[in-house]
Amino acid sequence: MITYILRRLLVAIPTILILIVLSFMLMFAAPGGPFNSDKPLPAAVLANIEARYGLDQPYVVQIFNYVKNIVLHFDFGPSFKYRDQTVSGLIAQGFPVTLTYGSWAFAVSTVLGVAIGTVAAIRHNTWLDYLAVGSAIGASVLPNFVLSPILVLVFTIWLGWLPAGGWSNGGWEVVVMPVIALATTYVASIARIMRSSMLEVLGSGFIRTARAKGLPMSRIIWRHAMKPAMLPVLSYLGPAFVGMITGSVVIDIYFSTGGIGQYFVNSALNRDYAVIMGVTILVGVLTILFNLLVDILYAWIDPKIRY
Amino acid sequence: MTLRMLGAASLIALAAAGSLQAATPAAGDTLAPPDQQTFSYNVIDEFVTLDPALIEVVDDNDVARQLFEGLLNQDPLGNVVPAGATSYDVSEDGLTYTFHLRPESKWSNGEPVTAEDYVFAWRRVVDPATASNYAWFMGLGGVANADKIVAGEVAPDQLGVAATDPQTLVVTLERPAPFFPQMTANANLFPVPQKVVEQFGTEWTQPGNMVSNGAYTLSERVPQERITMVRNPNYWDNANTVIETINAYVIKDEQQAVTRWRDGEIDKTAVVPAGQFPTLKEELGDEAVAVPNLCTYYYHVNLREDANPALLDPKVREALNLAIDRDVIINAILAGGQKPAYTLTHWATAGWEVPEVPAAAMTQEERNARAKELMAEAGYGEGGEPLTLEILFNTSESHQQIAIAVSQMWKQTLGIDTTLANQEWQTFLDARKEGAFDIGRAAWCADYNEASTFLDIMTSDSDANDSQYLNPEYDALLETALTAEDPLPSYQQAEQMIARDVPILPVYFYSSNFLLDGTVRGWPMENAQQYWYAKDMYQVAEQ
Repeated sequence: MITYILRRLLVAIPTILILIVLSFMLMFAAPGGPFNSDKPLPAAVLANIEARYGLDQPYVVQIFNYVKNIVLHFDFGPSFKYRDQTVSGLIAQGFPVTLTYGSWAFAVSTVLGVAIGTVAAIRHNTWLDYLAVGSAIGASVLPNFVLSPILVLVFTIWLGWLPAGGWSNGGWEVVVMPVIALATTYVASIARIMRSSMLEVLGSGFIRTARAKGLPMSRIIWRHAMKPAMLPVLSYLGPAFVGMITGSVVIDIYFSTGGIGQYFVNSALNRDYAVIMGVTILVGVLTILFNLLVDILYAWIDPKIRY
Repeated sequence: MTLRMLGAASLIALAAAGSLQAATPAAGDTLAPPDQQTFSYNVIDEFVTLDPALIEVVDDNDVARQLFEGLLNQDPLGNVVPAGATSYDVSEDGLTYTFHLRPESKWSNGEPVTAEDYVFAWRRVVDPATASNYAWFMGLGGVANADKIVAGEVAPDQLGVAATDPQTLVVTLERPAPFFPQMTANANLFPVPQKVVEQFGTEWTQPGNMVSNGAYTLSERVPQERITMVRNPNYWDNANTVIETINAYVIKDEQQAVTRWRDGEIDKTAVVPAGQFPTLKEELGDEAVAVPNLCTYYYHVNLREDANPALLDPKVREALNLAIDRDVIINAILAGGQKPAYTLTHWATAGWEVPEVPAAAMTQEERNARAKELMAEAGYGEGGEPLTLEILFNTSESHQQIAIAVSQMWKQTLGIDTTLANQEWQTFLDARKEGAFDIGRAAWCADYNEASTFLDIMTSDSDANDSQYLNPEYDALLETALTAEDPLPSYQQAEQMIARDVPILPVYFYSSNFLLDGTVRGWPMENAQQYWYAKDMYQVAEQ
């Protein structure tokens, strides 16, 4: 097991390198640049700025220097757009925000999704099942850019319970609406996966045996059905967790949370090369780590799986 | 008026206006208690930088004016008034400015502000190592050697600025620039604390490190969320400051900003969401504000040799210009106090009088009739050769609506077809630069409050001349304006030249719309650049 984990971590290094090179190529292929604006810069001014950020170097040298600074100094460079900030500084500031509301959204969506999916499967083809499936479909077609304004309308404008946005120090009252807005679609997806996988497990031989033995239904679900039914959900949860803790551009912008979700879109629009790379690498590393974690959990849940 | 007299007049104006600065509650106003003397507002995008040398956008300039103080400030009408300098003199040839600094001016760490601080700051702006986007600004003002330093040809210490004693700053210009005093109210020409900049490097603008000389100091900065500033007890006029705290929130969703304004969390919104101004005005009255904003919206006509040949015919260009019904765009699409534009320079620019141009004097029926005639003479459109033009704009709902309206007008009046092409911002800028368009959307905002900031963009060597309008006569006209006693006639002639040659199709003059809480006093409504100073504002008690 240990060697397996080590091997996976070693493979991650070339994966990240390939990710860096591909992202760089895409960035350079995109038209425009970080210093274009409505008011074009005089050539001498532009040359000074490009020299400052090393953009006057050949592409290969730029990539090499970038990787070198990360490896030697863990330095992801300065932001090209936000000139008082470094990429590490922006991520250090914004990541705790998305990690907070993302973790809550993950907990809420996992618990609710698994519960709804399980109940729907147990009460297959009853009104409970139809209600669960119906609301799951409803929730999954309700994007957060529609849901967020509705939440503000209800909780801020009508009820006056919650502030419309901002983060201050991340008190519960500013976290509630981002969590609901982010979790809703995930609850729906998890419930649907859980329902179908639970149905499949409930129809399998060992469950019929357990029933024949006269075990109570609650015990069958908890002791025997839950673990195998969780496997498909688990492989969904790994990437979903990364998706949630890195935030959402809609939520960060709409609720002014200050999270890093917005950088995924804004840095590309601004051609802020350093920030694009920073968030890309962050997601890359997290994805690799959580996929590994999912695989380890697989082995723990299903004794048939051995590495 | 000779330049010498202009200088003398400025001195008098400075002395008279001096007492108007600082928050002076009007008779009958009851001040809110100190714990409610907070001014909160929102911006749409995160602040790029608080380093005066690097600042280029309006939002950053707004913050810098609270934290720092330059030689001169603007009063509520946009005139320059004393700030870091108590007065200045201009030499007869208009090339030497001598600023007399305020002796009691201090940094927030208690040290005096000296002429050396300005010299250090100004050299830093043009130093290639600083790599400022706004390094060209010093050259625009004609400060000696500025452009050469930016180009790396001479050392930064050769810049035309010197401290002859701690309270005297002498600026040498290469050519007269009547608007130079105006420019000193811009953040790039503010002083910076040498020791602090050298000690912390790029980190010097972080809270805790930053030392500033304005009425406020930086207390908190959370990227993408907010900036908080508090009163600076070492500010020379702190006794007359009323507002205790300034909060600048980054709220990117315009509707959310309105919700938070209604909630009382912010006193001023950055904008009013498109199309909502008339209804909000009706509901909120004076709290919904429309003020002129020194930007002009226009279309470039591509005049390159390889461009659409029809566009090289001045009759076609004039027909296109006349057939745009500006009133429809302003009243039906924008509806926020904008004004129709037939010329380039914004009507509210200081010292500017919009010259008479034929298009402006006609009714829309007359314009349409004339446009039809011109198009027929040129041999295009109805009964002539078919013509299809492409309007290129950056992706945005309002640009799209305007382009659709214009294409309809051209179709109905001139019988020509128009295709619309929208591109993502950066791609669009590249395409416009390379001339890959027939008609290209553009807007220009004033860098300083004087007509040449607009007219300069149509000169042959301007980087913003994406139409590629190359007219030596026009260039010469603006060159003479630089040394003229009164540049207005030359500027007006330049506008008439643009109106004659139609390298651009002006559409409208911008206005700014925002919501401002009724308890805030001292907002400079009539300042065309909206240069506001929280130290001149105050909150009155709720009625």
